[in-house]
Amino acid sequence: MSANPLELKSVTMRFGGLKALSEFSLQMAPGELVGLIGPNGAGKTTAFNAITGVYTPTEGDVTVAGERVNGLRPHAICVKGVARTFQNIRLFRQLTALDNVRIACHARAASGFFDALFLTARYAEDEVHIRARAEEYLEIMGLSHRRDEISRNLPYGEQRRLEIARALATGPKVLCLDEPAAGMNAAEKVELMQLIRSIRDRFGIAILVIEHDMRVVMGVSERMLVLDHGVTIAHDKPEQIRRDPKVIEAYLGDAYLEEKHIAVPVQGGGETA
Amino acid sequence: MASVRPTLRSFLPFAVGAPLLWALQQITPPDYNIILIAAGVNIVLAVSLNVVNGFTGQFSLGHAGFMAVGAYTAAKISVALTGLDLPFVSTAVSDQIGFAIALLASMVTAALAGILVGMPSLRLRGDYLAIVTLGFGEIIRSVIENMKFLGQATGLSGLPARTNLVWVGVSAIATVVMARRLAVSTQGRALFAIREDEVAAEAMGVDTTGYKVRAFVISAAYAGLAGALISHAILLATPRMFTFIRSIEVVVMVVLGGLGSITGSILAAFVLTIALELLREFQSFRMVAYAILLIVLMLTRPQGIFGHREIWDLPFVRRLLGGRLVPAAAGPAPAAPTQIRDDSTAGPKGTA
Amino acid sequence: MTEFLQHLVNGISVGTIYALVALGYTMVYGVLKLINFAHGDVYMVGAFSGYWLGALLGVRSSFSENPPGAGEIFIKASLVTIGAMVVCGALGFVIERFAYRPLRSRPRLTALITAIGVSFLLEYGFQLSPWFRTPIEFPPGPSPRVFPELLPRVGYEVFGVYLSNYDLVGFAVAIGLMAGLQWIVYRTRFGTAMRAVSFDPQVAGLMGIAVNRIITWTFVLGSALAAAAGIINAVARPKIEPLFGLISGLKAFVAAVLGGIGSVPGAMVGGMVLGLAEEYVAGYTSSQYRDAIAFTVLILVLLVRPAGIFGRVTVEKV
Repeated sequence: MSANPLELKSVTMRFGGLKALSEFSLQMAPGELVGLIGPNGAGKTTAFNAITGVYTPTEGDVTVAGERVNGLRPHAICVKGVARTFQNIRLFRQLTALDNVRIACHARAASGFFDALFLTARYAEDEVHIRARAEEYLEIMGLSHRRDEISRNLPYGEQRRLEIARALATGPKVLCLDEPAAGMNAAEKVELMQLIRSIRDRFGIAILVIEHDMRVVMGVSERMLVLDHGVTIAHDKPEQIRRDPKVIEAYLGDAYLEEKHIAVPVQGGGETA
Repeated sequence: MASVRPTLRSFLPFAVGAPLLWALQQITPPDYNIILIAAGVNIVLAVSLNVVNGFTGQFSLGHAGFMAVGAYTAAKISVALTGLDLPFVSTAVSDQIGFAIALLASMVTAALAGILVGMPSLRLRGDYLAIVTLGFGEIIRSVIENMKFLGQATGLSGLPARTNLVWVGVSAIATVVMARRLAVSTQGRALFAIREDEVAAEAMGVDTTGYKVRAFVISAAYAGLAGALISHAILLATPRMFTFIRSIEVVVMVVLGGLGSITGSILAAFVLTIALELLREFQSFRMVAYAILLIVLMLTRPQGIFGHREIWDLPFVRRLLGGRLVPAAAGPAPAAPTQIRDDSTAGPKGTA
Repeated sequence: MTEFLQHLVNGISVGTIYALVALGYTMVYGVLKLINFAHGDVYMVGAFSGYWLGALLGVRSSFSENPPGAGEIFIKASLVTIGAMVVCGALGFVIERFAYRPLRSRPRLTALITAIGVSFLLEYGFQLSPWFRTPIEFPPGPSPRVFPELLPRVGYEVFGVYLSNYDLVGFAVAIGLMAGLQWIVYRTRFGTAMRAVSFDPQVAGLMGIAVNRIITWTFVLGSALAAAAGIINAVARPKIEPLFGLISGLKAFVAAVLGGIGSVPGAMVGGMVLGLAEEYVAGYTSSQYRDAIAFTVLILVLLVRPAGIFGRVTVEKV
């Protein structure tokens, strides 16, 4: 029985009196491409943080590959198979592109401080493997020519790609991309969409994408979830989402709906913040 | 599975260094001896602190506390072991073995102190960590001052004169080798990652707390070693030798040399030891000059002498060595003075 | 019971000193996010300023042949105190302007080390042998000096508890100053501007607040309070020497952290709590542990609740 790489059951995040995420549920099968959208402040990054262990869910369960990971520290959850990128790029700015990716390979290294200090054979072997693996991922993302460049000097688009390369190098089962297309021009966005699909095809990992650009997210997702004030207001295929009045209202307001003579359904359940 | 035996190659620097140091000791006139010893001890202190402050970007102000732990441990053991007469070896060799045991013990107890201090403290960031390490350093000193077993305020005296250039030199080599090997390894990269962005490092699978503690413990162990060495050079171990001012002096050395630069720390330790020695006659003025140096340095060149580079990164040195020794990019990563809750781009401009 | 009350009195007396100095730490940290290591030494300079002013003004001891009258006492004591506050305010201005302001855009470690440098400069600078001896001996050199008797000491005994007019006057002055500061911080535009800068200097600047000026005046204010604390302390404990600011400064700093660094009411409460804690623990166990108490409190606070009593717990946005 192979477990789903990622399952969230009724995850709720409360910060004091604020309910940032309400009963968020999601099941991802291997290789699935899922989009997560919603207005700003809807709780999308909060969901990511709950998945990756930055926050511990107030209620509900997060399960990675069949194992419940609530309360584990982010590095442990990473080892279980969840990798992510960040809304505001968080590269290791003063380090080279190669080093950025090599660090992602660290968790799977067998050697420890003793090996490094006494130059054991295990250490030498690890270093060779890490370097090879890092080079490979740089190659896949088309960044080999940048390997010795200090990462903060890279052009913005390449920095985003580097962040993805780094996340991939951890060998995840689930990849969480937080607004990967932010700041990109149209051509770069098209490339990004192809990249996301090719990553899924090549590695078979499940990919969860937060994104504001509708074309990008509808273009890559097989299904989408829409959050508003922490509540999941829609969960469907992209074509259905596009026509869903609740989604349109959340993004564009009910004045638009009235103008277009679209019926406004009554909002059920869920606490607004 | 690859072997986990320490390789012979890892001991090479000592095999080469020890005889050279012994030769150096024979030719050095006694007056210069103590200065070289002080410089060597400062190298151990500065480079070991650099692992925490420079590599990992954690601001520790408690180094002197670990020195004290090491010094007193070694003192107690070496005094207990005087007159130790091992069979088959001369008394001279027995003494050296006794000292070696004392030194190792000093590193162990200092490491334990490092665990005790590090584990609760390293959850804190920036300024708070600085304060809490300062506090712990003072508490250690306070405890020592109140323990009769450790001689209270007068401390322990009559320590055997065991420290010499060879011991100090070997210790300095050990510290530098430790830092260097760490810097080029995956563990070292993990430390740099923590310095650069702790949240991202954690997300990429690095156990940030665990690694911060490990860096702290290693650094503390070497501080203990330094404490043991210095106390057996001046034959005294008193609480006043290990105040937080001592900690600050080490921090100054590290910042002066450049946070994250091993060669910077070595150079700064050397320069400052010599400078303080030369200014010795001036007593109070020496500290005033020191203070002015600090202020001027921070106002004009806060990244220190080497900033984020090692000596072989300098263009003229690279030309000299023909680029053979170490390729620039594979070395220890660049560092700027720790960014404490400060998101702006700061530190040295330009690339390595 | 009398012992308990005696410790209470002593604790409050010492606590107000800590509170006054802690205010300086906390205000500077609030606007600059910098731990001003040199603040304890400003406190020391305050005491010495009082010493010199006292000499210049000819403050006479009440045991001399020509004892001063009540009016003269009051005038000279006020002049000395206010004079010291002005001197230290100026010192604070100079330090901020020349040592800290150039580093505003730098990482905070740089400023921290500079602060340490300034601290050493004051401590060791004051320990140099005097360069000139008239009208005052400056620098004072390492030997302790005796602070002039600004007020003749009058002791009282209330329910078996000993206190003196020093305690009462000191307390009154301190409370007055703290009340004044509360008013400034919460009831004036300057205070509002100061609090705005402590929340977000960049945005405050965009809202038209002259950030540099606010920061400078915050420094001046904090330094002046430290000077007042120095005078109050020196009157009761007249032996002063250049290094005595170190340990008191450290304790005041602990008080600020305890109350929540950056919080003005926190510094006041923290100072009192630390003073009382010190008195009670040292009183009931051994005075040897006096200094260690401050550090123990520090560790406990930082491990249990780093934000302190009134501090805001900030969560980093990921």
